Amino acid sequence: MTSDPTTDVPRDAAGQTLLQKRVDRRRALSILLGGAAAGTSAVAACAPVSAATPESKEAKLLAWREYIKGNYRTMTDAERAETIARLERLAELKRGVDVTIQSTGAQPGVVFGYAFNISKCKGFRSCVEACINENNLDRRAATEYIRIFEMEDGVIDFDHADATFQHEVPAEGHFYIGTQCFQCADPPCVKVCPVGATWQEPDGITVVDYDWCIGCRYCMAACPYWARRFNWSEPEVPVAELNTNQHYLGNRARKTGVVEKCHFCIHRTRKGQLPACVEACPTGARVFGNLLDPNSEIRWILANKRVFRLKEDLKIEPRFWYFTD
Amino acid sequence: MHLKPFALSALHSATSGGRRYHVWMGGLTLIMLVGAYAYSLQLRYGLGVTGMNDHVSWGLYISNFTFLVGLAAAAMMLVLPAYILKDVDFGRAVLMAEAVAVAALVMCLAFVVVDIGNPLGGWHLMPGIGFLNWPRSLLAWDVLVLNGYLALNLVIPFYILYSRFSGRQPDKRKYIPWMYIAVMWAVSIHLVTAFLLAGLPARPFWNTALLGPRFLASAFTAGPAFVILLLWFIRRETEYEISEGAFSKLALITTVAAQINLVMLGSELFYKFYSPTHHGINARYLFFGLDGHNALVPWIWTAIALSTVATIALMIHPVRNNPRWLIPACVALFVGIWIEKGIGLVVPGFIPSPLGEIVEYTPSLVELGVTAGVWALGMFVLTVLVRVALPIELGEVRSPYVEDAGAARIVRPRSTRTQRRDIRPVRTR
Repeated sequence: MTSDPTTDVPRDAAGQTLLQKRVDRRRALSILLGGAAAGTSAVAACAPVSAATPESKEAKLLAWREYIKGNYRTMTDAERAETIARLERLAELKRGVDVTIQSTGAQPGVVFGYAFNISKCKGFRSCVEACINENNLDRRAATEYIRIFEMEDGVIDFDHADATFQHEVPAEGHFYIGTQCFQCADPPCVKVCPVGATWQEPDGITVVDYDWCIGCRYCMAACPYWARRFNWSEPEVPVAELNTNQHYLGNRARKTGVVEKCHFCIHRTRKGQLPACVEACPTGARVFGNLLDPNSEIRWILANKRVFRLKEDLKIEPRFWYFTD
Repeated sequence: MHLKPFALSALHSATSGGRRYHVWMGGLTLIMLVGAYAYSLQLRYGLGVTGMNDHVSWGLYISNFTFLVGLAAAAMMLVLPAYILKDVDFGRAVLMAEAVAVAALVMCLAFVVVDIGNPLGGWHLMPGIGFLNWPRSLLAWDVLVLNGYLALNLVIPFYILYSRFSGRQPDKRKYIPWMYIAVMWAVSIHLVTAFLLAGLPARPFWNTALLGPRFLASAFTAGPAFVILLLWFIRRETEYEISEGAFSKLALITTVAAQINLVMLGSELFYKFYSPTHHGINARYLFFGLDGHNALVPWIWTAIALSTVATIALMIHPVRNNPRWLIPACVALFVGIWIEKGIGLVVPGFIPSPLGEIVEYTPSLVELGVTAGVWALGMFVLTVLVRVALPIELGEVRSPYVEDAGAARIVRPRSTRTQRRDIRPVRTR
């Protein structure tokens, strides 16, 4: 059921992927145009450092290299290391912060799943706050990956639910349901992307290459769970609040005009930690784990609780289940 | 080769004209400059300067795009009879229709470019250096069909005009096969754009099998209606002869397409409202408003009223055949479908959101400026194309290397032009 796009890539006789060849051609282009590295006003505009200092020159050069780089999925390991080194250096030059960007890949034998206990959620929204801090979400636009809907007892009805409640919780006669990216097994957002800037990783996490996204927002129209967010203007995160533990496909710096989304805290979960929202939840309503591990808590819930998923009729198999005690 | 004289004469044709012509082109340039300034703001500050948001992630730009794709497709309603069925009446009108297609496509592509959040990443779309997600993404299909159709509509008329300019008869064997391709391609651009929306199960408002056919019906209404307006203007202002038959046939095409369009709209409304399921909630928002949110209600009813009244009017023969009524009816159809297939189609797809939230959309000044600029660009392109084509078609402009190039006058004095006539056809009964 899981389609792994990385294995779909056609290979030639030498075992090289066609996409790798493109990278080579692009590198040739990069060498040809390398002399003009400090040039191209368009890219220079992205490096807001005053002219002529060695730092500004370096920033411009790095910005230019970043501009002509390829899609993360099709890069060789060396190219991935290069782009990460560039991004770390750029963060230092631009913001004076020392970030660490990982490129940890999917672990074999792991497919992540999530379960949400409706009886336990009390609408505190600690998960929302943790997510904002963990993932360097834009503070100015108040971007949120997680939404908590307050519903009246009796029926699950999103049309009459309130996701913007501002009162003491839990409110009498109400219950709470959280939504976020449900990491569908057959994600409609991936299918529609015209440039392949978003894809599903082998561990089931749908990620976005922020540098490859062209900002057409077709994926936002395609998502039945309203889980994708767009950077309508320059994202703002105070340096003091910046989480420097980052992943290339996760919580690293985004730019204007690209789409982003929940990535199950890829920088944490690929190293065996829990997502920030799970850790932050004071009531234990959130359960996260490896669906392929028969001894995991999530497997126990799927086997022993009455679970359901939203919009099952769309047949996109979200890996996010709701259950009650 | 006559390429250099062709280019020079085209430049001369496009830049010379009377005072009204210069005022028109100057006005368009001014609007384009305003649009360019508005776009520069958008480039600097991001799409946040538009009225769009995470809920309504496509707005005025994509609305205009979906409408204009139809305008481009509709040119083929003339090309098919003119070149393939050898209809004499359309023979002279068809180049104008192709100019409309080119202008519409230029606007389409411009609207897509201004809607993109990261336009500098545009090269990511190019197969070879980038990656085009074809055939999975319908947007990749759209990129291909739009650019292919633009190429067809540039190359075929260029070949015909260039042949005439060089004093040769265009060789049918060379362009008729491409015409066949272009006719089928015209259907594809509108269907692909419809499928781009219809293929999203997340958006029940678009997720209907009727969307593709509805797109075609409205395209074949608004497109010929616009061509009628253009031909009427050309006939009034120049001595380019356009027969009564061309008008009456185009009006008939418009009328039939408008009827089919209304029938399909009716079926859609029946399906959404007779058994009011959750599937119809976006239509409810569009036509009647939801929980006090009703920004689009006056718009859509204006569109329905314009389309219905104009369609009924066109069904009456004396009305359809009288320019005094035909022209306003065409304007009404054009505006009506612009609302219905633009804002009325794109925006309600997002309201309410898949999770039931209602966030309304109002275009910002920047958005309006950019939109006006793109429309001015399209009209500018259309004017230039018509201006270049007309004297060549009239035989006023020929390459200086052609033997009988004597008639190389670009604009004749106004006084010799034929006066405005009634386009009512002679009654046979």
